[in-house]
Amino acid sequence: MTEPSNLSTYVLRLADDAMVLGQRISEWTSNSPNLEEDIANSNVALDYLGRARMLYAYAATMLNTTEDELAFMRDARQYTNLLMHELPKGDYAFSTVRQFFIDSFDVLYFEQLVNSSDAQLAAIAAKTLKECRYHVRRSRDLMVRLGDGTEESHTRMQTALNELWGYRHELFMDDELETELQQQGIAITRTDLQQAWDAAINDCLAEATLSIPETDWTVTGGRAGVHSEHLGHMLDDMQCLHRSYPGVTW
Amino acid sequence: MSDLAPELDNFQQKIDDEQRIEPKDWMPEKYRLNLIRQMSQHAHSEVIGMQPEGNWISSAPSLYRKIVLLSKVQDEAGHGLYLYSATETLGISRAEMNSRLQSGESKYASIFNYPSLTWADVGAIGWLVDGAAIVNQVSLQRTSYGPYARAMIRICKEESFHQRQGYDIMVKLAEGSKEQREMAQDAINRWWWPSLMMFGPHDSDSVNSQQSMKWKIKRQSNDDLRQKFVDQTVQQTEILKLELPDPDLKWNEERQHYDFGEIDWDEFYQVIKGNGHCNRDRIKHHVSAHEEGAWVRDAMTAYAEKKAQRKEVA
Amino acid sequence: MSDPSLILFEVFVRSNRGLDHQHVGSVYASDHEQALVNARDVYIRRGEGVSIWVVKTDDIVASQESDVDTFYDPMDDKAYRHAMSYPMPEGVKNI
Repeated sequence: MTEPSNLSTYVLRLADDAMVLGQRISEWTSNSPNLEEDIANSNVALDYLGRARMLYAYAATMLNTTEDELAFMRDARQYTNLLMHELPKGDYAFSTVRQFFIDSFDVLYFEQLVNSSDAQLAAIAAKTLKECRYHVRRSRDLMVRLGDGTEESHTRMQTALNELWGYRHELFMDDELETELQQQGIAITRTDLQQAWDAAINDCLAEATLSIPETDWTVTGGRAGVHSEHLGHMLDDMQCLHRSYPGVTW
Repeated sequence: MSDLAPELDNFQQKIDDEQRIEPKDWMPEKYRLNLIRQMSQHAHSEVIGMQPEGNWISSAPSLYRKIVLLSKVQDEAGHGLYLYSATETLGISRAEMNSRLQSGESKYASIFNYPSLTWADVGAIGWLVDGAAIVNQVSLQRTSYGPYARAMIRICKEESFHQRQGYDIMVKLAEGSKEQREMAQDAINRWWWPSLMMFGPHDSDSVNSQQSMKWKIKRQSNDDLRQKFVDQTVQQTEILKLELPDPDLKWNEERQHYDFGEIDWDEFYQVIKGNGHCNRDRIKHHVSAHEEGAWVRDAMTAYAEKKAQRKEVA
Repeated sequence: MSDPSLILFEVFVRSNRGLDHQHVGSVYASDHEQALVNARDVYIRRGEGVSIWVVKTDDIVASQESDVDTFYDPMDDKAYRHAMSYPMPEGVKNI
């Protein structure tokens, strides 16, 4: 592998985000509330995994390696996804709220990234943006249905909201590396997106009869490889087979 | 009974003339029940069949394989749904079919009670199990009940990639390391005979066969379809330079077909009766997903009702 | 079993601009909006459509087989409505 550049590190971050969330969503396959939801979840997971592949493949050309090497041979400490993406799927409420948070963010993010001065990233963003716009339509719809459904569904949704609330800050943090890339017109300024995201969330929560959590908190560390305890276990399962037979083709 | 005779004649005439029977048509109650049994069993098989492969989505050995497998398992869900849809036109709800599956009253393909132990099993299931299913399904595209035939046409079109991706996995394993070849051979050894059993008992022992053939619910006999599958699979195995676990398998010049050994029917009935590795796991998994999802389905309904009420008020 | 409370919808897909919508199957959903989203996820996994209709199954009124005599047979004896019943002299073109 060649030495990472700012750009390859950045692409890898976005790839890791898509990878771990895609893996999580795929856990709903054959476990969803009905066949319709099952099929829809698989569609979303396929979009994320497809995005991960495009980004890993791009990073791999810069790093002189392969997409699978990047996905399967790095440990949890080397993964740089934002924490929200890696959390276990939880109940349907938890997965729905997480999905809505991330979909809402992704739409804003990729709307900007299509203008990246890096042509490859801009192209990936254009494809991703179409997917995100569909995802958010579906996850927002579910937010309202489950938030304003039964007493049980409302309680579960509010609980999920409370449990995820403190992870949102990480979505909007720019570090030195991304700031440098922003100056070159490659990356997006995350802090700039917060206001629009807040508005989208508030608007939806009101319609879903859910409340903004009373207590706020902040957990970060994903970009530095300091993850929840869950990521390691997820990667064990995901990477085990690939690592057990080094150097072969599948 | 005699009152129904003209209708029955008319019905049989349509079938003999290769016309399709459609949902609103008059049909003998036994035809309807026979179809419900076969179609719901077929739907359940698609849905339960998601499990043995689905367990490998999380640990597929490459990103490409992960995506292919996920889209394949998703198709199984889709095909289950198409078949439930088609069966509902016979006047039974999906909820009722679900509950019959979970109570054990309704069956699914017994092969899914075998465990999938290694990655090669994903290849073997795609190649052999889907391969066997496709032989059956191609024949069912001409089944006499319209909605069933149309579902089959749609399913066959989509499933063509399933068997190929399975075979493609086997090709890569067969061309791979010693461990990979062994893994592939082991999977063939375990899945070959159960795949042959998928076609059901010999025609002479099959309870429902004769009536089903007369009504053209089934278009070809169990043994004919099984022979077709064996004939096409032998050559595919040779290309892999792997072996089918049957010492009696050999070309019969006179019949122009392969002869093969006797199936262990005792094992077949044992697994159906509940003595397979996974009978309990498969149903437990299905029940638990269904129960954990109950609050979601309830909430969706409650929301729609609220919304409808608000509309009325406004 | 709480499924019966969801509603069955029939799904029609236009596979390409310029073609009719065709019936493809059904989905369960709690209302029309959700039925549309579900139909998209279930029936156009391979990009098979450019437009979808969903209709509550209960809202479809269908003719009965017993209506055949009165509905269709009387319409089946009007050969003069089909172009084939007018033999044309040999050599006539573009008609």
